[in-house]
Amino acid sequence: MREFLRKLLVSKWSKVSVFLLCLSPLGYLGLRAYHGQLTANPVEYIQHFTGDWTLRFLLFTLSITPLRKLLNVPDLIRFRRMLGLFAFSYVCLHFLTYIGPDQSFDLGGMWKDVVKRPFVTVGFLGFVLLIPLALTSTKGWIRRLGGKRWQALHRLIYGTALCGVIHYYWLVKSDHRLPLLYAAILAVLLLYRLVDSLLKPRPAVSVSPAG
Amino acid sequence: MLIRRNSDLTYADVTPKQVYFNRRQILRALGVVGAAAIGGKIVWHLASPETAVHAGAKLNVTVKSPFSTTEKPNTFDDITHYNNFYEFGTDKSAPAKYAKNFRTSPWMVSVEGEVKKPAQYSIDDILKAAPLEERIYRHRCVEGWSIVVPWIGYSLSTLLKLSEPTEKAKFVAFQSLYDPSQMPLAGHAGIDFPYVEGLRLDEAMNPLTLLCVGMYGESLPNQDGAPVRLVIPWKYGFKSIKSIVKIRFVKSQPPTTWSRYAPTEYGFYSNVNPNVDHPRWSQATERRLGEILKRKTLMFNGYSDQVASLYAGMDLKKYY
Repeated sequence: MREFLRKLLVSKWSKVSVFLLCLSPLGYLGLRAYHGQLTANPVEYIQHFTGDWTLRFLLFTLSITPLRKLLNVPDLIRFRRMLGLFAFSYVCLHFLTYIGPDQSFDLGGMWKDVVKRPFVTVGFLGFVLLIPLALTSTKGWIRRLGGKRWQALHRLIYGTALCGVIHYYWLVKSDHRLPLLYAAILAVLLLYRLVDSLLKPRPAVSVSPAG
Repeated sequence: MLIRRNSDLTYADVTPKQVYFNRRQILRALGVVGAAAIGGKIVWHLASPETAVHAGAKLNVTVKSPFSTTEKPNTFDDITHYNNFYEFGTDKSAPAKYAKNFRTSPWMVSVEGEVKKPAQYSIDDILKAAPLEERIYRHRCVEGWSIVVPWIGYSLSTLLKLSEPTEKAKFVAFQSLYDPSQMPLAGHAGIDFPYVEGLRLDEAMNPLTLLCVGMYGESLPNQDGAPVRLVIPWKYGFKSIKSIVKIRFVKSQPPTTWSRYAPTEYGFYSNVNPNVDHPRWSQATERRLGEILKRKTLMFNGYSDQVASLYAGMDLKKYY
């Protein structure tokens, strides 16, 4: 069974399938647009939709490491970069709906808005933190930076996810159930890492290979 | 990608049958493979449960109000499927679904407090108390969107005067119906019910303040605040309380739901004011439903001529 699962995960079709699955929210959005079912406020609908999916993909991405270890399926790593890049793609769409219809592509006005309103500030910060991660997501960049430094840089995703959850919480007027649900899931995913790193035995200096 | 609503479509144009027909045509035209079509169809039907609109009774409107804007009203479909009515859920599409079976008859509105003649009115009494006017008002939500609605009703002052408020009456407090058995989602809203609102007496008596019983020629759909609500077009939408059961004349400023929930975000006055921002979003601009780009918000939502004098000498940054 485990062997079958492994084979399934490493087959080239698995990546294609996950890729298509990640695209399906966008397809659904397109379908709704087709039917004129983006509500009376299509801009807001697309904003919320792309924001929701950004958060979801951030959480999917952050789930990979715990799932690999807890379920002992290391091959899941194959999908992490793709999920992360999808989070970035959805946040780019989200940002486009903000800079375009909301700010009419007026960068000066946008900057004033970003500085003035905490909920926009934190959302914008989360977006900016994700940009270097998207840019350095290639194998070449892992090599150039070195595994350790690359990994350290990519811990910025914790910051992005945190910003995303706060952004959502501050946006909602009074019904905070969904933002709190996202916050709880994020808390579990981050706590797992904390506990994991505390339990991990530190390598003693003397054991390190003498170059 | 963005589909702008064509306002000459009627509700009948978006019946599921028509949607179904169009979808197939479109998909065929696109040459989408059969598997995708089936997948899409399943997703589509899972995602969009049908919502019926309460079919209102025709109202006899005899007066076209000079207060009406010449701007184009939003569609009936927009006005009935994009609602903030937290008793029926916090999602904008929720009231259309969950207020469907809301019982609005029999209904009594009590007028009480500092008045010489307290009274109980049925909706029939209210409909007969004055000739019904159509008033096309701009309606601006505190969230930054706006809509144009052809409301039906008459000035609230007409009804209030019947009860002869005493010298002591300085404010008017309003209360919505709260019936948890009909509003199962209300518990998740995060705000306290029953919903309460208030106006200063001179605001309540201003002819622009509308006691509203309908829109688009019909009685109010449930999700828009049936059977009777206020419409105060120079204030943010949440001041225009829905499904009113009680009107009370009082001596001092009454508590209001949103201001009680977050006093630093929502004040008692809540006049539309592009110069005073909500802490979390700008009030300088708004998105008119049906438009993509935002437009500038007008002071008092464009009703300065009628109401600016009410606030002469007041610091509107302090009394937001």
